Amino acid sequence: MATLLIDKETCTGCEACIPSCPFGALSMKEGIAVVDEKCTFCGACVDVCPVSAITMEKDEKTVTIDAGAYKNVWVFIEHEQGKVSSVSFELLGEGRKLADAIGCKLCGFIFGKEAAGFIKEAIAYGAEKVYVTESPLLEPYRTDPFACAAVNLIRKYKPEIVLFGATIQGRDFAGTVATTLGTGLTADCTGLDIDPETKYLKQTRPAFGGNIMATILDYPNYRPQMSTVRPKVFPMPPRDDSRNGEVIRESLPMTEDQIRTKVLEFIKGAEAVNLADAEIIVSGGRGIGSAENFKVIRELAGVLGAAVGASRAAVDAGWIPYEHQVGQTGRTVRPKIYFACGISGSIQHQAGMKTSDIIVAINKDPEAPIFKIATYGVVGDLFTIIPMIKEEFKKRLGR
Amino acid sequence: MKIVVCIKQVPDTTDVKINPETNTLVREGVASITNPFDEFAIEEGLRAREKYGGEVHVITMGPPQAIEVLKNALAVGCDKVYLVSDPAFAGADTLATAYAVSKTIEHIGGADLIFCGKQAIDGDTAQVGPGVATRLGIPQLTYVCKVREINLEQKKVVVERMMENGREVVESSLPALITVVKDINEPRLPSLLGIKKAAKAQIPTLSAKDINADENRIGLKGSPTWVTKVFTPEARGGGEVLKGELTDVVPLLINKLMDLKFIK
Repeated sequence: MATLLIDKETCTGCEACIPSCPFGALSMKEGIAVVDEKCTFCGACVDVCPVSAITMEKDEKTVTIDAGAYKNVWVFIEHEQGKVSSVSFELLGEGRKLADAIGCKLCGFIFGKEAAGFIKEAIAYGAEKVYVTESPLLEPYRTDPFACAAVNLIRKYKPEIVLFGATIQGRDFAGTVATTLGTGLTADCTGLDIDPETKYLKQTRPAFGGNIMATILDYPNYRPQMSTVRPKVFPMPPRDDSRNGEVIRESLPMTEDQIRTKVLEFIKGAEAVNLADAEIIVSGGRGIGSAENFKVIRELAGVLGAAVGASRAAVDAGWIPYEHQVGQTGRTVRPKIYFACGISGSIQHQAGMKTSDIIVAINKDPEAPIFKIATYGVVGDLFTIIPMIKEEFKKRLGR
Repeated sequence: MKIVVCIKQVPDTTDVKINPETNTLVREGVASITNPFDEFAIEEGLRAREKYGGEVHVITMGPPQAIEVLKNALAVGCDKVYLVSDPAFAGADTLATAYAVSKTIEHIGGADLIFCGKQAIDGDTAQVGPGVATRLGIPQLTYVCKVREINLEQKKVVVERMMENGREVVESSLPALITVVKDINEPRLPSLLGIKKAAKAQIPTLSAKDINADENRIGLKGSPTWVTKVFTPEARGGGEVLKGELTDVVPLLINKLMDLKFIK
């Protein structure tokens, strides 16, 4: 076990360590630094202490598992309504790099009623082996049978690394799988890297609404190393339909009466939201002023084939359903182009869209914080500007 | 019905600023709040109690000052609250946290229904809820935007889950763990009487030993993952404000966007 030691004799009470702690675990007590249980032993304070009063003792955990038994990189191939989610392909692309770096195979794993089409696609996008569990109980998606199928495969074939898309499905059952296996799971990663010698997976993810980044490792006593990875972080790999792959089938060791939930129905939304997959998003905020005025946003989105987003202010005012909300208490998106219209750009909104490739801000307030992060800003009345943008696009695109 | 709500104290990220010189998070003066999603979990717990009877018990794990979020829970009308606090929990990742929370729920006698926020806004992992459900051996219902019906006799609950393009209606056996999204309700404000009562309340603190936790499964020792590096993301450049007459600015903007060769 690790301990953070603060030498009371050496500590001068200079407080240099306090702002260095990303987790707010340090405070001053009677002129001496003290640490509380928010400490994650990241060591940030050790480096800043000018008098070296802070040290960390990290006991090496005794390795009790045979880490050598764990091989290969696995990617969960997620599908919905007959279509593989693009994040699964993106992960096959990234998984290829990881597998090459440590000299192992890249594998996909697929669950469903009938998986034939998905197997082909997984192989075309780079999987050398595909593990498949088919059963009528695996459609539609439910936590219990999916977790059971995954745990069954992982226990039997022992992958080194397992990657899931950080989607509604992936984030629902990956936690169950990791807890059942008693291994680590790093959520919503935006960067992956691997040490070819130790095979440690370096998982980088945002925290505190994207204000800090943390790189996370798994202790060697816990395998596989598992992460959920945010969609649209990695590029799509090239598709090659001439590739061949091995298919390994395992049955589902579960019956319907062991499954504790039933899907009664699916209510399709009045309007497709599709924020997660969108390459272009047009979002409206407080400046839109009413539900009716969202028409200007929808019209521009229509011309561009874009999804419609909204700020919390617009959702809370009841102008547009919550499903459209982008930001800390809504969704995190990463499109190629994000239009922020009448959105001031609070830190919470930024948490949901700051990593978009291009941000276009349209706002009448030149001091709005959105202009500080916008690639391009236009100051002025959005009801004049957006229709002009729409007409100009229509002209150029011949629509 | 016994309802347990799991909540977390988080820094209010509205206040979070980056020190431009050291590139680190400025923590001083940052207020601590109840994780926003957990406010909806508390409200949903209270509504279930009002409709079906029972008690709402709230637990939080954290340093002693996390007691504040429990006082807020008492002020809005929750029946009992527990602080789970022990230096031995330091360094806990989501697996070790879920273990400690599940041991706490067992210690206070279990639950018919557990509510959590879908995720906490500081860590954003969304993993502790499912972890607790798995540890307790009960089903989980995540991203819930509506609780349609609770049937205590048949031990069933029907909820709507918010999906990418619609809502999934799911029936589950009880006990179950539900994680909620923001859209589910409008949290109530505390009453004056509630605030007064909460201020005077003695809040029980449970240690690792109290909840009968295995010391090898809590804190850093029970955590498969550890944070090796923390850094500030590169500041986003930008801030090119296009100036001039709109009749010039708009075509200029479109030129720039079309140059990306992306819009088709």
